[in-house]
This record gives sequence, C-alpha cells and structure tokens, in this order.
Amino acid sequence: MEERNNKKRQVFENIHVVEFAAIAAGPLIGKHLADHGAEVIHVESYERPDGFRLNYPPYKDNKPGLNRSGSFTICNNNKYGITLNLKAKGALEVAHKLIKWADIVIENFTPGTMKKLGLDYEEIKKIKPDIIMLSTCNQGQTGPHALHPGFGSHLSSLCGFTYITGYKDKLPSILYGPYVDHVGVGYGVISVVAALEHRRQTGEGQYIDLAQYEVGIQFMIPALLEYNVNKRILERNGNRHAFAAPHNAYRCKGEDRWCVISIFSDEEWEKLCKLMNREDLLSDPRFKTILLRKQNEEKLDQEIENWTSKLTAEEIFKILQKNGIMAGIVQNMEDIFLDPQLNYRGFWPELNHPEVGKIHGEAPPFILSKTNFKIDRAAPCLGEHNELVFKKFLGYSNEEYEKLVKDGIIG
Amino acid sequence: MEKKQKKLLEDCRVLDFTDETGFLCGKILGDLGADVIKVERPGGDPSRNIGPFYKDIPDPEKSLYWFSYNHNKRGITLNIETETGREILKKLIEKTDIIIETFKPGYLKSLGIDYDVLCKINPKLIMTSITPFGQNGPYKDYRGSDLVLLAMSGFMSLLGDPDRPPVRPTLPQSFMWIGMHAAEGTLMAYYYRGLTGEGQHVDVSGQAAIVWASSIAPAYYDYNKEIPKRAGSFISGRSVTGALMRAVYPCKDGFITYIIYGGPAGIRTNKKLTEWMASRGMAPEELKNKNWDKFDITTVTQEEIDEIEEANRKFFETITKDEFFKKVIESDMLGYPVTTAKEIMEDEQLRERGLWKDVYHEDLNAHITYPSFFAKFSTIPCNIWRRAPLIGEHNEEVYREIGLNKKDLILLKEANVI
Repeated sequence: MEERNNKKRQVFENIHVVEFAAIAAGPLIGKHLADHGAEVIHVESYERPDGFRLNYPPYKDNKPGLNRSGSFTICNNNKYGITLNLKAKGALEVAHKLIKWADIVIENFTPGTMKKLGLDYEEIKKIKPDIIMLSTCNQGQTGPHALHPGFGSHLSSLCGFTYITGYKDKLPSILYGPYVDHVGVGYGVISVVAALEHRRQTGEGQYIDLAQYEVGIQFMIPALLEYNVNKRILERNGNRHAFAAPHNAYRCKGEDRWCVISIFSDEEWEKLCKLMNREDLLSDPRFKTILLRKQNEEKLDQEIENWTSKLTAEEIFKILQKNGIMAGIVQNMEDIFLDPQLNYRGFWPELNHPEVGKIHGEAPPFILSKTNFKIDRAAPCLGEHNELVFKKFLGYSNEEYEKLVKDGIIG
Repeated sequence: MEKKQKKLLEDCRVLDFTDETGFLCGKILGDLGADVIKVERPGGDPSRNIGPFYKDIPDPEKSLYWFSYNHNKRGITLNIETETGREILKKLIEKTDIIIETFKPGYLKSLGIDYDVLCKINPKLIMTSITPFGQNGPYKDYRGSDLVLLAMSGFMSLLGDPDRPPVRPTLPQSFMWIGMHAAEGTLMAYYYRGLTGEGQHVDVSGQAAIVWASSIAPAYYDYNKEIPKRAGSFISGRSVTGALMRAVYPCKDGFITYIIYGGPAGIRTNKKLTEWMASRGMAPEELKNKNWDKFDITTVTQEEIDEIEEANRKFFETITKDEFFKKVIESDMLGYPVTTAKEIMEDEQLRERGLWKDVYHEDLNAHITYPSFFAKFSTIPCNIWRRAPLIGEHNEEVYREIGLNKKDLILLKEANVI
C-alpha cells in the first residue's frame, strides 16, 4: 500500500509472462508488459535462437553475433532470457513448470506448432486453468490460409498499405520494416490487458487468436468503406491531401534535408505567406482560394520550396510552429534520438548491454501519471538467465539443473 | 461465441472528446463493450467533414471517415465553453470511468475542468489526453497534422523514392497509431484501477506513438550511428553490405511483393521460385545451379541480388496477381500480391474467418460492410455493436440519466449548450 502511494507500483507487478516467440510480433508484446512491471521470460534454444539474433542486422560494428543484434535489443529489454530446447526428451515437463509459473503465454509460431509440441491452449489450461494465451500469426489460427507464413513486409502489401504509398507514376513504395507486425503488437497488448481484466473480473483464463492481417485492416477502414460504398479504389498520391494545400515535404538547406508543411485553411495560408515574406502570393490569382491552390498545386509547391530551400528544416519548423502553422522536420533516425521533446519524455532510456556497451531502450508512447514505465535492463544475452529462472523462479535444485543441462533440455 | 454474454467493459462509461487524431481509442474500448459516448460541440464535430462521403454527398452525417472510427459509440452534444455545459459535464463525470480528449494542453485547465479538478469529483476517473507531442515539454504547444507527425516521428524519412521527397501513405496512418497506443495506456490504467481503486492520467504523445511504426530502424543509429534511408520499392538493412532488395515487382495486372530473404522460410521460397520459373522455361542457368542452402542474406552483395532479381522481374511480368497468390499459398512460399480495397474485401481467408459484418444505417436505408473484430477471444466478445452516431442522437437518453427532462433539453438547445 505504501509503495503504491509513493507511485512506485507498476501496473503488471507480479504478472508472469512466458514467450515462445521470436522476431518482433510476439516479443514486443512482452516487452511492453515488461516496461510496466511484468516479469517476462523469453524462451529460445541454442539450436533455434531468436531470428533477430541470426538473420537481421544491425549488428554492433557490423559484426554478426548472437548477442550483437540491435533488432533483438529493441524488442526484449527488461526480460529474462533462457534456453529450453523444446524438442529434447523431457523438455515438455520443464515447459509445464514454466506454464505453471506464468499468467500469460505469448507465442508466434506457425499455427499448429504449439500443438505439435504439446503446448496448445487445450493442453496448457489443464496445467493452469486460468492461463491467458495469445497466439499471434500472419493469417490467424483458422481458415484456408491459416498455415501460410509471412513476414511483415509481405503483409504490408496484402493489407493494402503498399498500394496507397508513393507516386502514381512510380512503383508503389514498401513501408519500412515489418509495419503490420507492430500494429499487431499494439493490438496484442490491448488483447492481453483485456484478458487480464477479464480474469480479474471472473477468474477465467482466455485464448486469443490474433491475425496480423486482420489488425492491419483496422488501419485501413476508410479505404474499405469507400470501395464498399462508392466502388472507388484509393490510389497513392504522393503527399497530396484531399482538402489541404500546400501539403507536402519541401527541400531545405543541407543534404537530403526536408521539412513538411500542411495548410488547411485560408487563415493558415495567409499567415504562411506573411511568414515567408511573400504577401504577393495572397493576391496571386492562382492561389487565392483552396480550390485554386489545389488546381495549381505544383506551382504552389515550387513557390514554397523557393523559400524552404534557403533555410534549414529546423528553422522552418520553429518559425512556422511558433506562429501556429502545422510544420515539421522530416527527422531521420539520428534526429529522433536528439529530439528534445522525445528526450523530455524519457523516450530513450540509457541501458548497459554486457557485450555491446551503452545503448538505448525505446519507451512506450504514453506516460501513466501514477504507474509509469520503467526500462532498466538491456535485452538478455542468449541463455543469460538460465540459472536464475530454472533455480530461483522454478525451484530446480543444483543437481536437477545440472541434469537438465546434461540432457540437452537446457541448451 | 457471441450469445447474450456480458461484455468485458459493459460497466465502463467513456466520454470521448476526441477529434480524428484519437477516434480509434474509443472505438477499441467500444469493440470490447464499453459504453462510449462521443461528445461533440453543438452542431457536430468538424471532423465529420473529413471525406470520403457516402455516395459522394458531402454531409456531416455521411462521412465514411467518421463511420470508420466512431461506431460502437453513442453521441451527444455539449458546449463545455459555457458554465451550464461544464455543470452538466461535472454531473456526467460522477458516473464516468474514462475520459478521452484531444484538446490542446492547458485548454481544459483554462475552463476549470482539467484532470486535477475532475478527479476530485470522481477519484476513480481515468483521463487519457492525446496531443501531437504530449502534455509537457518544449513542443507541447506545437500543432500536428498526419503529415507533421509522420515527419517528426522519423517514419517518413524511411518512406518514398530516393529521387523524390519523403512520402506518406495516402490514407492517414498516424491517427491510427495514436488511437491504438492510447487504448493500450487507457486499458492498462483501467486494469490497475480494478486492482487498486485508483484512477490516473494517461498522457499520449502522437509523435512518440508513431516512432514505433519505424520498427527496428532506430537500432541502426543506436548501434552503429547509421541512418537508414528511404528506398522506394526496395527494402534496406538486410545485408551488412548495404545491398537493397526489391519488394515490389510489376506483374501482368498490377504489382506483387516478393523479397529475396534468408532463413529457412526465405531459402525455401527462393528454391521454389526457381523451380516455378524453370517449369516455364524462365530460370537462367545460374539460378538453376545456385546452392540456395549456402545463401547468406546477411552478407549478400548488391551484385548477386541484382542478378537474381533481374530474372525474377522478367518472370513476374508474365503472371497475374491471382496466379502469384495461389502459388505462394499452395507452395508455402513467402510473398503476397499488392492488394487494393477490392481484393481485401473479396479475400477468401477473411471471409472464412467471419471478419465482415453488414451494419444497417437506417438514416441512409443502406447496409455498409465493416470489419467486425480485431482479435478472436475464447470468451471476450469483440465486435461491432452499433453504427456511428448522428449529431446529438443520444442526447435525450443520456441526459435523462442525470435528471434532465425534455423541456430542459429544449431550453439547453436554444441556449446553444447542446
């Protein structure tokens, strides 16, 4: 009680999570729970380490290595890492012990894999009746395409995002990285917290079948409704906006530096012209109304870029925002680490990684006034917490532990 | 699964004061059964003017954008800039569990109804505040559009052709990221309240919410001070040599996504594509003889990739999206067509999963098809329960609960309070 009053208590204190999961979609759900106080065990094996350790840069100093992956790091801070070879004889019993310890199991294998391992929901709820299990995969656990594997970039295209990104006269652009996986992460966290709340209310466990394809579609609803109702397909259109102009990214001083400006009203347009010292544009017959600005948008963009190209993106951002105009810097990955606002929010907490050294975690985008996130441990090295987890959390004796290692179950 | 079962958030009352940047948060709570009440200013929220519109009729009651993210909500109007409006709000607060709002930082304080005041009326109250940059900090008063937030989050720097300006998806994505993350924080606070009886304030930053859309790109800078660049229809960052891999190919009737990958699934896919090309006499000797098992994606060079892709490109030009889709499903290969809304709505898998639900809009005398759930739960109902509200549609039933009668409502209407 006292701790709580000191605002130290976290939302998921005493909640235990086990992940049979790899890459981004599964592990990041556990990460967000761990940021808010859950104890999360990430299960791998030496035979099958997390794919991010093996197949996906960046690696520190570009040297591949099991504990050198930046992708793995971003998805797994605050967790405990163990190696449990689920295919070894006798491993199932150990996995059952883990499940008894857990409140939540997260897995993102191809559908059917957990069943083959004897760890599907029907089985594990016999061991722990109020267990919450989340399965997240590409197409969902059921249906004709359930077994089809896919990575996030492919799914970006299937969900319709690729088609609506880029310029009409060019090939569509692919969204960066496994975009849809991350939509699945947000909805995964939502689903797990919903299941915890359900358990709190009723004492019941839950099985959650989350298809990344389906959650991706939640981000596309207006385009679907437009086809459904008006039989019109939304086409990619650069940075153009249906009813705003100027609305684009504009070149600024420096190499590959850009700002964005979005003007939605005549008042904003007037302010912009004054700030650009181009009051002549206000009476220019090409730009007087929003209808005209939309008609002459290319010319309009040229006029804006004549101004922006003489200044830095940072200068434009400050000048315009201080005067209430919606403008921004196209920040690159360096800029966002230096961004004063993100840093003010503690978005990049500093961590020490035993092999890589000083690195940063990435925080949740929301701050809870009484129970804020805490990110204080870097992602685990492969098998880093075997002794801690098997002996302390699960209660194996020294001898039992040695035997598990000898039998290749821990390994 | 959806019989008359108690919904998870049935006892949870939400007042939703959001503009388009925060719609999705309340929708998600509504999907889980919360009683979400959208509170609009008298005459309706300006975000009702966002298109597209039903049958292209520009009317605040016909915005498909509004329909998309305000279903599962009831709707009332209330002018909180009047003293009377604020008194009514305080009455509503007594029975409210969650407020979601997107006002500028400081605005509610200037009206005397910020979290610190309202939580004295109802200590269990949770308030979720959504703003472009957060409640505090150097940028707190800055404004954000979809374009601005995509740019400031870093996401846009990774998107678009290298010889053109960075680009955004034509359908705004930032508002979805914000609403989804806001729902995460809100539900966490709600769960915590269930355990402890305490409400709290959730401060959501739009900018920070979209940083997560950049996936692992920040790690390149953090680890190696590398700055990933936009690469158009190619993906970067898979090989330490910096080689780019094509992710969009033209095909006979559109585009497909196929990417040369490593790992077991990637290698299987590479092999099967070679076999498929060979069966049509389109696999060059180098590809047929390639030892895919030795192929290492993390160290592959641009030269090797270009050679493979050139052959792939010629082959894909001869097949249709549908042929490609059937083949990848049947042969367990990685890859999908670049779909449009039409193909999504016709997709066999989504249909079999029961995703679509026709919702009747009696004012339009028409059914509109919506995706109905975001996940399948064994016992938690998650669905579309009601269409989006008309302006002030539920004034009478909501205000009756706090003791206002029909006569009062007429007076309040005339006084421009509702």
